[in-house]
Amino acid sequence: MTRQEIETAISKELNRIAPEIDMDDIDRGEDLREEFDIDSMDFLKLVTALGKIFRVEIPEADYGQIGSFNALADYMAGKVAT
Amino acid sequence: MPSLGADMEAGTLVEQLVHPGDPVKRGDIIAAVETQKGAIEIEVFEDGILQEWLVDLGTKVPVGAPLAVVQTEGEAQTKAEPVPKVVVPKEDMMVVDYETPTQPKPHAAPQSGDRPRITPAARRRAAQQGIDLTSFHSKGTISLSDIEALGTKPKPAPMSDMRTAIAAAMSRSKREIPHYYLSHTVDLTTADEFITQTNADRAPEDRLLLGAVYAKAIAKALKKYGEFNGHFTDDAFHQSDAVHLGLAINIRSGGLVAPALFDTDSKSLDVLMIAMRDLVERVRAGRFRARELSDATITLTSLGDRGVDQLYGVIYPPQVAIVGLGTPRLLPAIHEGEVTARLTATLTLAADHRVSDGHRGALFLKAIDKYLQRPDTL
Repeated sequence: MTRQEIETAISKELNRIAPEIDMDDIDRGEDLREEFDIDSMDFLKLVTALGKIFRVEIPEADYGQIGSFNALADYMAGKVAT
Repeated sequence: MPSLGADMEAGTLVEQLVHPGDPVKRGDIIAAVETQKGAIEIEVFEDGILQEWLVDLGTKVPVGAPLAVVQTEGEAQTKAEPVPKVVVPKEDMMVVDYETPTQPKPHAAPQSGDRPRITPAARRRAAQQGIDLTSFHSKGTISLSDIEALGTKPKPAPMSDMRTAIAAAMSRSKREIPHYYLSHTVDLTTADEFITQTNADRAPEDRLLLGAVYAKAIAKALKKYGEFNGHFTDDAFHQSDAVHLGLAINIRSGGLVAPALFDTDSKSLDVLMIAMRDLVERVRAGRFRARELSDATITLTSLGDRGVDQLYGVIYPPQVAIVGLGTPRLLPAIHEGEVTARLTATLTLAADHRVSDGHRGALFLKAIDKYLQRPDTL
């Protein structure tokens, strides 16, 4: 899975949760939850969905590593590669 | 057409999920109704056979109007004396004596002796256009043409249905309910550690959120402090045995609703969490059940972890209390004689002074605090 495919998949899930937010308008290095205005329930939904799509485990202890869109994409790329 | 909240006066039938002649069971979803708050599923409250629909799809009818006729099983045999039950679920739950602000009422002129005289038509137009009548220095009577001579000021955009519903309920609350407010600082470190531990080896779909712990702690505290759990209707407080905690849920497109999490008191944390996820998901998709809107007995409004320190809620009538939880933060606190960083939040209560007093309110908040310190027992 390429980096582009990973980012597309993440964007798609975020769009499902926050349809009114345009990916072009967000700062990919900033706090993901602020940028997309998502609460803890939305975030849990996102993690649940991504875990299923990529067939990876995302333990709660790793939440600190997926704080921004870029960090989340990096994390997923690392998980998928291993 | 059931009343789905104190602020509702009509709804539009948008789905008929059962055909005439089909059997129905108590609890079946038989229709969907479009209201100010979104599409609401309508349950049937009787076993029987749906005889006929009385309202066509797309038709808007007032609260209380029958939607369909259900023939109960006993009646099916004795057709000579059909006393069909009309589906008006839960109409008795809410007293709808409330005027919604769809027709703006004319502004009352200032109560001074020299207030301007004005024709009714002019007064109405002035109110619609938000024109301040005190700015008139007319000698005679203000007529419609005087108002029109001011030109057509651009009218403010009409409020959305959601905003209208919130405005109606909150105005009624502030007009009728003598609120009092209490605030208490709670240490959430233990609760947070409990969540972290519980979630450590769980898949995301089985993870708990602090919100579930709040909900259960409130429900348990209400067992002892029942005067915060129920409805104030017909000049009297009716305490509820079960706790149906309303969850204030933010809607992305604007506004919020606070549907009920049924039997919060008797559900385990895991079951409660599943129910919360389901409820939030359905609310955000704009789809919930009639009873969820009308039957909440108290409301929890939690700012989550991206909000501010504290909030004082406005009680949703006919409820008599709303509990607020501010955003938890790591703050220096004295714990076991040492200054340490503790996860701290402000717990607040707005309650109805017709039903309870601050003393009991304080005890109620302390009881919630007590349960928050023992999350493993919830």
